[in-house]
Order: sequence, then C-alpha cells, then structure tokens
Amino acid sequence: MPKAIEAVNDFVVKFANVNGSGSASANELFARSILRMGVPVSPRNIFPSNIQGLPTWYEVRVTEKGYLGRRGGVDLMVAMNPQTWAEDVKEIEPGGYLFYDSTKPMPQSAFRPDINLVGVPLTAITNATYTDARQRQLFKNIIYVGALSVLLDIDPKEITRLFGEQFKGKEKLLDSNVKAMNLGRDWVLRHLDPTEVKLKVRRADNVGDRIFVEGNSATALGCVYGGATVCAWYPITPSSSLAEAFQAHCKRYRHDKETGKAKYAIVQAEDELASIGMVIGAAWNGARAFTATSGPGISLMTEFIGLAYFAEIPAVIINVQRGGPSTGMPTRTQQADILGCALASNGDTKHVLLFPEDPAEGFEFGAASLDLADRLQTPVFLMTDLDIGMNHRLCKPFHWDESRAYDRGKVMTAEDLEAGKKFGRYLDVDDDGIPFRTYPGTHPTKGSFFTRGTTKDEFARYSEEGPVYVRNMERLEKKFDTAKKIVPKAIERKAKAATKMGVIYFGSTSPAMSEALDQLEEKNVALDALRVRAFPFGQEVVDFVNSHDTVYFVEQNRDGQLRMLLIDQLGVDPNKIVAILHYDGTPITARFITRAIGDHLAPPRRMAAE
Amino acid sequence: MTYIAKPKLHHPTLLKNKAGYTRRDYDGAISTLCAGCGHDSISATIVQACFELDILPHRVAKLSGIGCSSKAPTYFLGGSHGFNTVHGRMPSVMTGANLANRDLIYLGVSGDGDSASIGFGQFAHVMRRGVNMTYIVMNNGVYGLTKGQFSATADRGSVSKKGVANSDSSIDMVSVAILMGATFVGRSFSGDKQQLVPLIKAAIQHRGAAFLDVISPCVAFNNHPGSTKSYDYVREHNEAVNRVDFIESRAEITTQYAPGNLQEVAQHDGSILRLRKLDEAYDPSNKGDALNRVQQAEAAGEVLTGLLYVEPMPNDLHANLNTIDAPLNTLEAKDLCPGQSALDKLNASLR
Ligand SMILES: Cc1ncc(C[n+]2csc(CCOP(=O)(O)OP(=O)(O)O)c2C)c(N)n1
Ligand code: SF4
Ligand SMILES: [Mg+2]
Repeated sequence: MPKAIEAVNDFVVKFANVNGSGSASANELFARSILRMGVPVSPRNIFPSNIQGLPTWYEVRVTEKGYLGRRGGVDLMVAMNPQTWAEDVKEIEPGGYLFYDSTKPMPQSAFRPDINLVGVPLTAITNATYTDARQRQLFKNIIYVGALSVLLDIDPKEITRLFGEQFKGKEKLLDSNVKAMNLGRDWVLRHLDPTEVKLKVRRADNVGDRIFVEGNSATALGCVYGGATVCAWYPITPSSSLAEAFQAHCKRYRHDKETGKAKYAIVQAEDELASIGMVIGAAWNGARAFTATSGPGISLMTEFIGLAYFAEIPAVIINVQRGGPSTGMPTRTQQADILGCALASNGDTKHVLLFPEDPAEGFEFGAASLDLADRLQTPVFLMTDLDIGMNHRLCKPFHWDESRAYDRGKVMTAEDLEAGKKFGRYLDVDDDGIPFRTYPGTHPTKGSFFTRGTTKDEFARYSEEGPVYVRNMERLEKKFDTAKKIVPKAIERKAKAATKMGVIYFGSTSPAMSEALDQLEEKNVALDALRVRAFPFGQEVVDFVNSHDTVYFVEQNRDGQLRMLLIDQLGVDPNKIVAILHYDGTPITARFITRAIGDHLAPPRRMAAE
Repeated sequence: MTYIAKPKLHHPTLLKNKAGYTRRDYDGAISTLCAGCGHDSISATIVQACFELDILPHRVAKLSGIGCSSKAPTYFLGGSHGFNTVHGRMPSVMTGANLANRDLIYLGVSGDGDSASIGFGQFAHVMRRGVNMTYIVMNNGVYGLTKGQFSATADRGSVSKKGVANSDSSIDMVSVAILMGATFVGRSFSGDKQQLVPLIKAAIQHRGAAFLDVISPCVAFNNHPGSTKSYDYVREHNEAVNRVDFIESRAEITTQYAPGNLQEVAQHDGSILRLRKLDEAYDPSNKGDALNRVQQAEAAGEVLTGLLYVEPMPNDLHANLNTIDAPLNTLEAKDLCPGQSALDKLNASLR
C-alpha cells in the first residue's frame, strides 16, 4: 500500500477535462459546495488556446487558512481526459489520489505504485441511466461530483441547495441534477470505503461575508459604477470576458426605466487601433470611456496613447495581461507589460498604472481609474492579468460609498466662460500641471480650441518653437508629479520583528506573497512587505526602499520591469534590489517565493540541507 | 432658401444669417497651404454651406487625420472645436465623439492617403456603422504633405511630377463608400462651388454616414499633364449626373419624381434634396445602378460627379445601439451608478 496523504481543509484537487464537455459548471459546483461549508477555496482555470475537444484543467485549492494563491502540486487528480492521462498521473504528489473512470480495465502500467487509486465506473453508470448523448456527457460530470462528495465528506445538502439556486423555477432540471449526484454518491457508498481517501472537508467558518467572483466581471462592474458610458473593444483573451461582462451589467443596470433605452454605448471595433481611437474621441467629447485588451492590443494602440498623453485626453485602458512577447502564451498569466504600458508610445511619454490585487480591487480601481483619467487628463492603465481576470476569487464584498461623486476633473463650463474666466487649454493655472479643458459645443464664442498631437502653446496654438515645446514637456512632468500624490497608495505589512529587509510586490502576486510571508516568518525570516498599487510611485515607496538594506522585488516577468521603473524613478542603488522572478505562465506560488528568498539568504548550505 | 438666391446679394460677408452670424464668423485661421491648393477651395465651400444652413459654429465638431487636407479644419469654423487626430484614424475618434454627444454636427476631413491607405480599414468601418457625420475626402491622388508620393487613389497609368507612372490599380472611394454602407455618397470637384455647396449642405442634413469624395488638385505635386487629378483633366472629364438643390423644408415629405427632370428626396429632418437630373437614366436611390454607372464612367475615362447614392431615411449608429436621447456626456452619477442597494443584492448572489 502506498502512503496516503492526510489533510483536512488543506489540499489541492485538479480536474483534467476535455474542453466543451460541460465540465466547467460541474467543477465550479464542486468548488462552491466547499465554500458553502465555510471553507475557502481558490480555483484556477488552466486552458490552452483552443475551443473544443482539447484539454482543460480546473485546479481547486481547498484552504481553511484562506491562502488564495496557487499552491502547486496535486493531491487528488480527477482524470477525465484520456488524452492527457499520462501527464496528469505524473503530476500527483506521492501518496496522492487518482480518481478515474474504471469502466474499461486499465493496464497496470497506466498507474503509479506510489499513488492511491479511486476507480468509479462513470461511463457504465451514466450509460445505464441515460440514452441521449448530450445528457450522458453532462450528467457524467455531476455523477463524479456526487462521488467526490462522499469521498471528501462534502455535504450533499449544500450541493442540492446550489442546484436549487441555479435551477430556480426549473424543477425538472433540479430533480435530474440531484438524481445524477445521487447516482455517484450511491455507487461510492455501495462499493468503496470512503475513509480510504484521507482528504476531507470539514465545516468551518472562514469564508465570512466574502464573495466569489471573477476579476473581469468585477472590474467591468467598477466601470459601470464609475460612470463609463462608452466601451470600445476588440476581442482578445483574456480580456474579452471583461467587455462582455460590461455588456451584461449594463443590460441589467443601465436601461432607462421608461423608454428602455441604453445609457451606454458599446462598440466591438474593427481592431485595437479603432477601439482606443473611439475611447479617445468619446473622452475628448466629455464621456467616460474605456477599452479592455491584452498585450498585442496595447502594441497596436501605442500611437494613439501618445496622442492622448500629449494632447491630454483621458482614456482608461484595462490590460488583462497574458504571456508575451508577441502572441506569446495567450492563455497563461504574466505581469510582463509593465514597461510597455508605463512608457507606451514614441517620444518622452509616461503613463499612470494601477495594479489591483483581486476582483474587489478590480472593482474599486475600475471606478477610480475613470476619476483619475479625468482628473489628470491622461491615459490610465488598469493592469490586471489572466489570473485575476478569468478565475473566480474569494474577496471582500463590493461596496459603494453613496456620497461619492465622480471627479470629472478641471472642466470649464459655459457659465465659467461667460463669467470671463481666463481659458488657455494648456495653461497651468493651479501650479499642479493640470490645465482646464472645455467640452466641444460648450459656448458660442469662447472656449473652443484645436486639439492636436503636434506641439502647441498654452492657448493650443500650433508652435514649433523650442522654448514653447520645453515648457509644455515640463508641465507634463509636473502633472506626473501630481499623479504621484493622488494614485492609490502602496500598502505596507510590517514584519513582527524589526528588519532591514523588505519585499515589494504587486497585483496578482498578492495572495502568494501573503502566504510566503507567513512561511518565512515561521522560518524566522523577518521581511517588511510593501504592496505597490500604482505607478508613478508615491513617497511611501521611496521611504520604504530607503529604509531597507535589501529589497526583494517579486514580479511575474523575466526582466524585473517594475524594478526598472523604480530604479529609474527613485535613482536607488540597484545593488540593494534583488529580483525574484517567475514567468513560466503559471500563477506564482508561495512555495516559489519562499524558496527563492531562502536561497538568496543562505545560498549553498541551505540548498544542500534541503 | 436655396443656394441659387444667395450670391446675388451685395457684401455677402457682412450679412447675417438666421443664426445671427456673418459669413466671416465661419472662417478659420489664415491658411498655410500652397496658393491654389484645391483644399482651400473646399474649405471655402464648407464655410459657405455652414453659413447658408444657419449652423451655430460651436455646435460643429471638426475632426481630421494627418496631411495637408487634414490641416484644413484649422482654416474654417474657428468657433468650433477641432481635432487633428493621427494619420488615418480620424474615423474611430469621430465614432467615439459621436457616441459621447449625439447632438453635435460631425464633420470629418481627410485626404486620400489618410482614408484610402493607412486609414482604409477605419474608413470602411465608420461607413458601415452609420455614424451620423459628413465625411469629406480632399482627393488629390498624392501625399501632399510628404511631398508627392502616389496615393492609392491615383489612377493606373497616371504619371507623377517626377515622371513615374503608377502601375497599381486605384481605389475608387465612392464605390467603396457605397459598398460599405454609407447612406449618402457624392462626388464633386474643388473647382465647382455650384455643385459642391449644396452637396455639403445636403450631406450635413443627412442623418447617417454621408461621404463626399472631392477631387482637389495639388498644385505642388499633382497638377501637371499626365495627372488625372489636375484642374485641367477634371474640368475636361467631369460628367455630372445631377445638380442638387437643397431645400430646407418642414412641410411635405415626398420621394416621388417631380415633373420633368427633377427628383425630390426628403430626409429625416424634412429637408428636401431636389436633384436636377442631367442624366435621366441615373437613379441615386438604387445601390446597384449607382455602382454600375460609377464603373461605366470610370471605364469611359470620365469622372462621374453629383449625388451618386442616397438612402434618405437610414438608421444611424445611435438608432442601432438604442441609446437614450440625451447625450451620453450629460449623464451623471444619479443616471449611471446603480448604488449600494444593487450591490447588496449582487453580493448576496455571489456567495
Ligand atoms: C503613422 C504615420 N505614418 C506616416 C506619416 C507621414 N504622413 C503624414 S501626411 C501623409 C500622407 C498624407 O496624404 P493625404 O492624406 O493624401 O493628404 P494630402 O497631404 O495629400 O492632403 C503621411 C504619409 C504620419 N504622419 N503618421
Ligand atoms: S502640397 Fe499639395 S496638397 Fe499640400 S498644400 Fe500644397 S498644393 Fe495643397
Ligand atoms: Mg492626398
């Protein structure tokens, strides 16, 4: 008998499926049923860039402690895809479990001696009950969820309740799903000893009022709440579901009660050149507008981004990052567009970036980015990634402060102009680098101007004179300094003991980093941690770097891109910065971070000891 | 009010229109284009058309790409907001602007390089979306601003100033516009104000994607023998199918033929286009016929001008998107933000 991993509320189940087989909703049902038992889970979709008939995986980390990063390793593999069987079996931890369809006898060579086998004749059970091919396919998934619920001690009442919510008013579907679940349960109860699987779910109270939501949907909702009325986009993984979610939210929340008419406009553009052009046109004309895209789309947009920077037009660009360069790893995650976005376009350009850590912050920053773009009259990049965008994540519930007003920035009205207020489109009246603008059509005789990407003076008049150009560029730099003061501040987590070592991280690294900090603390490694939430960096980032002798930079790219920006902006000694880089396209793990920092602290000896 | 009555008056630049503006109020900055450039003549006709339509200059948004032609908006309607965007990408900016505020008049100005080469894709898509706009290409068959390279509208076999013959097939912008779904398509010549002013007026009144291809000789690089976009060539080969009289009328709405060689077309706002048909066989409401005639003329070496195609009552982009009547840029948090109560419900459904 191989050893058997024992764990309660702390293990990883991975489902290996065939894409398009209806497994996605069954797997999500599995994850949700555990959540309903008060135990946090963190699921991840792993899918290649194909639509049907090809492999997909769904990895569920069950984590009573609430560590929502990817753990790495698999304790229980639900191997439903013959095509990927060999690699799936290989991935199981020694002592782990293989759950498989035992309808057809398998040769001994298909297994491993150091893992535990849980065979359930899923096809046989399914075929004995259903005749319709599609039904067979769909219910087989529910049958394995039922079987797993017995093996892992998941309360079937929670699953039934979830069915009830999903199929409200469709009693027939509810009944047939409950029946399928029970088929799986009954077979296991009759034929197996559930105690042989030593991974168990036990009721807890660690979920609280948190919600379970995808980052793209949450970020799109932030755009609805933030008052975006124009969305122009071009489909690209992993951002498409953001625009689609915006459409769905708008359908629900943004139709006039009386007329049924839309208080928004969504255009699927012909390409990203056009989608950013539409955003700029709409924002120039006083609407709040955004686009959602990923790396290749950003590459196409760069000329327009320079125009928006130089002509000072608000634009919100949501970059759901994926693996680059070029088409790269289209369905994998990375944080590798930091430099590309921070410096996008020709000439001296610099842009504001926001780094949300999860869907809750996606919602917050979605709304905040629209305020910031209007306030600063410049492009603002919301830098999420596939890991946040396309996975359900447990996060704090959405909250909106009812007293919050939109910050439309410095806009001169017809009344202002009528009252004789001096208007120069690029005049720095408040010494913050931010000039006033007017919307087209404001006043019959005052306030009109020509917007262009060429050099102009304070009154928007074309000029090629050196001093005029330099004055304008310096004002833009001053405006960027203003940005430092109003972007979301970095958040520090101090180590329990005083330390001269620090770590900086951002975005989707957050859950893995929190876990790694706990692990390191257990090993008596004290690290102050700073989660950067925006570029340009605020004073708190400067202070943090200056007050530590060693600063680790944890990033999900090859080149340490945020580190480069920091060295550039702060002029810090590059030698005190240590890059911890993870960029194979999988989400970074606490294991990786802990090991990398550990290796750096005690390189050879520690390695040998482990 | 028709165009015909106007020029007979004295001091036309000092007379006020119904909106209380003089013709001069529609002028822009002094042009920096070459003396004799066709683009300047087109700017003057735009000024004339807007004056005659009693348009409030500040209710016009003028957008362009990059090129000599795209500089032109600086030289008319100084009271309007203008936007020189990037080369070839004005259509998307105009689409976005139009989405934000459906109440302004949108005037797009572009060149043949801007619209037929780098911006060909956006040109096609702005037409098929039915953006309510007037889109004018000042078509000189060359890249003026970058000093005389052939553009994609240069005719095959035409010869550049340096003596090089163009071997590529040319793009016919009116045919493309008709095929892509523009609902008002005309062609004219910068040297023919009589034809062009009413065409621009009618295009502005058209509620949908209106496109005008205006041949506009470049005196610096494309006005020599061997060019098919020169003043002389176009004068000799111009074949007008109709003359448009533009009638602002809120009274009767008809689309039937008037007696004789007149055809009347009523538009959304009740204005009427009266086409004095020079070619009885020409029917501008039939897409297939229009394309046919354009092709036949081209084969015969003629430049067909006039109102070539019109669908008088199309749906524009806003109609297709079912957006509310108020401009989107006037909506506030109370109109747009669903508030905490909606979030409470949503949160409950996500647990
Ligand atoms: C991305 C980009 N590429 C190239 C240019 C250079 N450029 C400026 S205008 C122009 C051609 C303009 O031709 P057209 O639109 O026909 O205008 P014209 O000057 O003839 O009126 C080119 C190639 C540019 N501004 N931007
Ligand atoms: S170069 Fe040609 S197109 Fe440009 S301004 Fe001169 S004449 Fe006009
Ligand atoms: Mg040209």
